[in-house]
Amino acid sequence: MSRRAPPKILTRNIYMSDFKFPPSIKSRPVYGVLEPRPGKSHLMIADAEGAEALLRLASENPEIFSGAHIIYIPKDTGETFVERLRAAAPAILHVSPSYAACLPRLRRVLSDAHMGLQVYLAGTEGLMGQAMVEATNAGIPHSAIQTEHRGSVARRMQCVHCKGITEDVMTDPFVCSHCGLTLFVRDHYSRRLAAFQGVCIDAEEPGNIPAPVELYK
Amino acid sequence: MTIQFNDETFRDDYTFRNSPWAIKRFPFPFHEDSYMYSVNMERHRGGPKGSVYEKRFDVDEHYLSEMRDRALVLAEDPLRCQSLPHMTLAGWDLLELIMVAKSEDYPDLFELHRNGNAWRWVNKPMGIDHSFTFLDDATLPHGPMEYITRQTQGDFAVLDQRDDNLWMDAGMVTTQADWSLDFDIGMNFFEWHAPVPLAHEMGVFQRALKFLLNVQQGSPARRLNWTMTVNPLLDTSPENYHKWGIQKTELTPENVGAKQHLRVELQTFFRLPRSNALVFPIRCYLIALQDVVSVPKWGRRLHRVIRDLPVELATYKGFVRNRPLIVEYLSQFDDGLPTSDGVWPDLETEPPLRSG
Repeated sequence: MSRRAPPKILTRNIYMSDFKFPPSIKSRPVYGVLEPRPGKSHLMIADAEGAEALLRLASENPEIFSGAHIIYIPKDTGETFVERLRAAAPAILHVSPSYAACLPRLRRVLSDAHMGLQVYLAGTEGLMGQAMVEATNAGIPHSAIQTEHRGSVARRMQCVHCKGITEDVMTDPFVCSHCGLTLFVRDHYSRRLAAFQGVCIDAEEPGNIPAPVELYK
Repeated sequence: MTIQFNDETFRDDYTFRNSPWAIKRFPFPFHEDSYMYSVNMERHRGGPKGSVYEKRFDVDEHYLSEMRDRALVLAEDPLRCQSLPHMTLAGWDLLELIMVAKSEDYPDLFELHRNGNAWRWVNKPMGIDHSFTFLDDATLPHGPMEYITRQTQGDFAVLDQRDDNLWMDAGMVTTQADWSLDFDIGMNFFEWHAPVPLAHEMGVFQRALKFLLNVQQGSPARRLNWTMTVNPLLDTSPENYHKWGIQKTELTPENVGAKQHLRVELQTFFRLPRSNALVFPIRCYLIALQDVVSVPKWGRRLHRVIRDLPVELATYKGFVRNRPLIVEYLSQFDDGLPTSDGVWPDLETEPPLRSG
């Protein structure tokens, strides 16, 4: 893959690896901390700083890692974590330029899944949410899927009006990348769509659009 | 009983009107002069003759116009009707429930003739006379849930029951109070109610779920819910909010009585026999404030309820901006006299409005 922009400075709040999401409504997912679990096989899917969670797992339990199939999407971290992941010696490391590009592979791997497969998801909410949909559609029980949020707190948003998905939304409000309406960011989340809901912000006062504010600021 | 069906619209020119009969039988939702959430469930086993509670699926003067409006919504956005693959059997359960109930409760309007799985359904108001094979999808023009709910007033959420929870896995939703089936489909009971303020903390949803998980076949339940809508717009969907939201700004002291509507949902819950799913019909009744206040008791009470409603609820229900205007209007119809208990209009016993 080609090199992308260098990683952003990791000390900025939004890229902090251990960001604590504020308490929210009951449809909003909550994430845990990956732990090694006994299983027949191990599938790990991560993007960007999600690699940090996998590397910690590798340091805690090299045995599980040595049998793992990893699908990793570096996004704007470029090569930062790739060599370290390779050095941790997973059975298979597939580095993909985007989630969309690895989706056929992910589906193919999940089609082979047997009882005892453990799934580990790490990184952004959008990545974990979409991979969760694939895993559960493939019949993997929730109890065999773990998640750990790392990196950007950007959201994957569905426009409730045009149904288009806008990836990596960092501000509230934001402009729908499909229909161009300015949408406010709700905490209401659909696991089926792996997306939060965006709703027109100026429906009752057309043109009255507040300045975008970075999420969680 | 003969119903005179109205020819009316719920959009554009808004010719929707309630007749004096419809006003008198309106399901006024407030049994006292204040409102807070509660698990206000009761058995759905009929009610006073002529009331909206009498039949299992109430048919009223708006039937044909509501079905026309539903067809318009679906033509614009087919995602308003969806059914996850495992819900087809529940759709047939629902079709059977409605066809049996309507043909028994309104024999002059609906007929169901069954010979084994060879069924003939006659819907006289809509001019449908259709023979099909029960449980054979290929013999219907739509899936079974869509077929029957294109002929039945109210939205329908069909809930799968598993893991001690209810999952919204199918639905026909075109007359909703601002929620999206397309977004919420597949969610469990707590997830699809997540945006509701205060009620989670009050334990309302835990208790309601416990009740609903135990609804038995043949023992349906019901409750009322309510909100406010400017204009008699059935399709207050989030999908179209960018189009209808502006109507909330069109209220004036002169038009509030005619344009502002109380929107009441008669929610019922039926256990379905083959699928063990729970069907949750949500029937929407609209009434202009000027018609509410034609019943003196309701005018007094609605003023007090809206005036004293917690701000979180007024915000969630989407009328906090217009509340001062609404309260000002309603105050003309509250002379301070006490009101009788219960939801009924009590026209014979409640005093007329004291003027001045």
